[in-house]
Amino acid sequence: MKMTRLTAALAVTMTAAAPAIAESLFFPNMSYRTGPFAAGGIPFADGYADYFTLINERDGGIGGVPIRYSECETAYNTERGVECYQALRGENPLVLQPLSTGITYQIIPRAARDEIPIHSMGYGRTSAVNGEVFNWTFNYPANYWDGASVIINYLLDENEGSLDDKKIVLLYHNSAYGREPIPTLTRLSERLGYELLTIGVDSPGQEQGSQWLQIRRERPDYVIMWGWGVMNSTAVQEAANIRFPMENFIGVWWSGSQQDVLPAGMGADGYKALAMHGTGTDYPVYDDLQEYVYDRGLAAGTGDEVGTVLYSRGMYAAMLAVEAARTAQEIHGVANITPAMMRDGMANLVITEERMAELGLPDFGPPFEVSCQNHGGSGQAMIQQWDASAQEWNLITDWIEPDRELIMEMVMEDSLAFAAENDIEPACLN
Amino acid sequence: MLYREAGDFKTSYTSDNQTFPIRFDRYGYYFVLGVAFLVMPLILNDYWTNALVVPFLIYTIAALGLNILIGYCGQLSLGTGGFMAVGAYASYKLMTGFPDLNIIFVILLSGLVTAGVGVLFGLPSLRIKGFYLAVATLAAQFFLIWLFTRTPWFFNYSPTGMISAPTRTVFGIPVTGASASALSMYMICLVFLVALAWLARNLTRGTLGRQWMAIRDMDIAAEIIGVNPLWSKLTAFAVSSFYIGVAGALLFAVYLGAAEAGEAFGIDKSFLVLFMVIIGGLGSIFGAFAGAFFLIAGPVLLKIMLVDNLGWATDLAAHLEIMIIGALIIVTLIMEPHGIAALWRTIKEKLRLWPFPY
Repeated sequence: MKMTRLTAALAVTMTAAAPAIAESLFFPNMSYRTGPFAAGGIPFADGYADYFTLINERDGGIGGVPIRYSECETAYNTERGVECYQALRGENPLVLQPLSTGITYQIIPRAARDEIPIHSMGYGRTSAVNGEVFNWTFNYPANYWDGASVIINYLLDENEGSLDDKKIVLLYHNSAYGREPIPTLTRLSERLGYELLTIGVDSPGQEQGSQWLQIRRERPDYVIMWGWGVMNSTAVQEAANIRFPMENFIGVWWSGSQQDVLPAGMGADGYKALAMHGTGTDYPVYDDLQEYVYDRGLAAGTGDEVGTVLYSRGMYAAMLAVEAARTAQEIHGVANITPAMMRDGMANLVITEERMAELGLPDFGPPFEVSCQNHGGSGQAMIQQWDASAQEWNLITDWIEPDRELIMEMVMEDSLAFAAENDIEPACLN
Repeated sequence: MLYREAGDFKTSYTSDNQTFPIRFDRYGYYFVLGVAFLVMPLILNDYWTNALVVPFLIYTIAALGLNILIGYCGQLSLGTGGFMAVGAYASYKLMTGFPDLNIIFVILLSGLVTAGVGVLFGLPSLRIKGFYLAVATLAAQFFLIWLFTRTPWFFNYSPTGMISAPTRTVFGIPVTGASASALSMYMICLVFLVALAWLARNLTRGTLGRQWMAIRDMDIAAEIIGVNPLWSKLTAFAVSSFYIGVAGALLFAVYLGAAEAGEAFGIDKSFLVLFMVIIGGLGSIFGAFAGAFFLIAGPVLLKIMLVDNLGWATDLAAHLEIMIIGALIIVTLIMEPHGIAALWRTIKEKLRLWPFPY
């Protein structure tokens, strides 16, 4: 009896299949505006949406073809992520941006089969840098292993080139995301002689009492954090509670946003985090955003996230997507590009300082080039520090280079193992 | 009228004892099977299969398993998520350890491994009951997830702790991994579901099922009339865990493709399956189907209606979805405290008398 009712329900809702709109570039967003990680998902989604709105309103789309934008709510949940992927893939999305390492892992093989490019910017599977194995996955401009290496290089710089006898704790979100930097930090500890201690926090991360008790007992010189969502603000609060010196506490770029430090008040003063791009509204692009998007009432969400770290990241991601689409249009001489053409655009993307200035984002991100062999960009990042009295993030370093030699070595190992497991013959597509 | 028994004569004990003694019911059952195996593969597209039908089939297996334990044997369990994780990790280890082993056997063996683990965690049920047992199984849930996230052997020392299913085939057709088509995923889940539902129906009608129900209704009385509580409770745990393990293995290998214990098999999975059993109806095979349909299809259909058809914002729809599903659960349980299966029974009674009720 059950199945007949199911078919009835199907018949009713089969009308739902959205009609494909001719002549538009479809950029969906697998966003999460609900669930335990919504605090991070909302600003990113707003920034991503607003930049596309700007391109449509100001330039009439990319190369004259308007952008069609839609969102699919995943709530950072992998099962909903699969459902979203299935809903989106039939509509020829030009690039998917899942903003979740778990969902990225899940859709990498499917997207390769369906020939849909994925851009996991600063998250996802690090070894996707090897574009000969992961033809359809991109993670420029930087990845987790770059981030870990940048932090260690920064600490080396602070300690006159030696981390001997230092004790470093990695406090990580106990998920695929949080465990990603462990191999790099372990390798580097063997080379540089520091002692690495990894402490996991179970998702979502509100309970960290025992972890910080352990940190207090171990008295590490530095704590590195790979956190997301509520775990970040809890950790900053706990660190303030045990009076851990904040300048020795460094988060990854997903642990360095306003909402992570504001709840701890003055206690968070001096906390550091990686920055893969600039922050704040002091960029010329915001004049255009104001004129074409905010003033016309087209801002996504409530509009109160403008200029925050994660809003900037969403905007940066959209900007890189638009630039890749432009590159693809130039390569193929077609305005209405397909996902396969978009992939070529991403694989040949060149971002220069001049281009960034033209786009109204001077010095916002690093200049980098993507190639078929290297889907990972430059890997550079800066360090930013929280000033609690002024309530702003200040950049305290210039771009720091990661140890790319070591990272490429590890990327090759991991990606070739993946290729062997899945019978992939590493090669460039063309 | 529809459920007419008049003229439906039985001339042997076998025919009198069959699962569906009423002719209309029996034909309905054959019809549903025919639709599921012959018609659905033709009309289902990729989206419906992947987003709705496959998870529905898999969760129905899990709900059947938990229904055996809670509905038939009366042992409350909150460890379903953990047991599904056992099935998933067992299938991963078997798939990677024995690449030539057929996926069918991998899934069955994963079920058997889970049955073993289930018996182990079922041991406390011999001494404790009700809420206390629920707490003991809750401990199993947390222990198993902790084990799978902290012991690298279970995820083959992968740096991220994610397990991902390699491609495996049945008769040369891939059913797991990225190259599996929606149709092959649907068929393998359907075959497992039909076989396991048939088994569950017959088990619960037989000696074992009667022993379980005796224990559920009053364990002391059952013991006095000669039912061995050790045997009945542990078999209930074993059979139930077998079903849940198969569901976990299918969820991981066929549906998700990649999973991580804490995220995919957390405590919310335990509650989800428990709600399916309660809403569907305790101690009813049909209830497992109804409950799984309600909780799996409900959110997806609501999302399609609100977001795709009405064009509402995704976050608003997601919040409303939670509220509507919650309200529906409460309304259903107030109207019919014994679940959708009881509602179905009432409808059947009414149909029997229709159009001349007395």
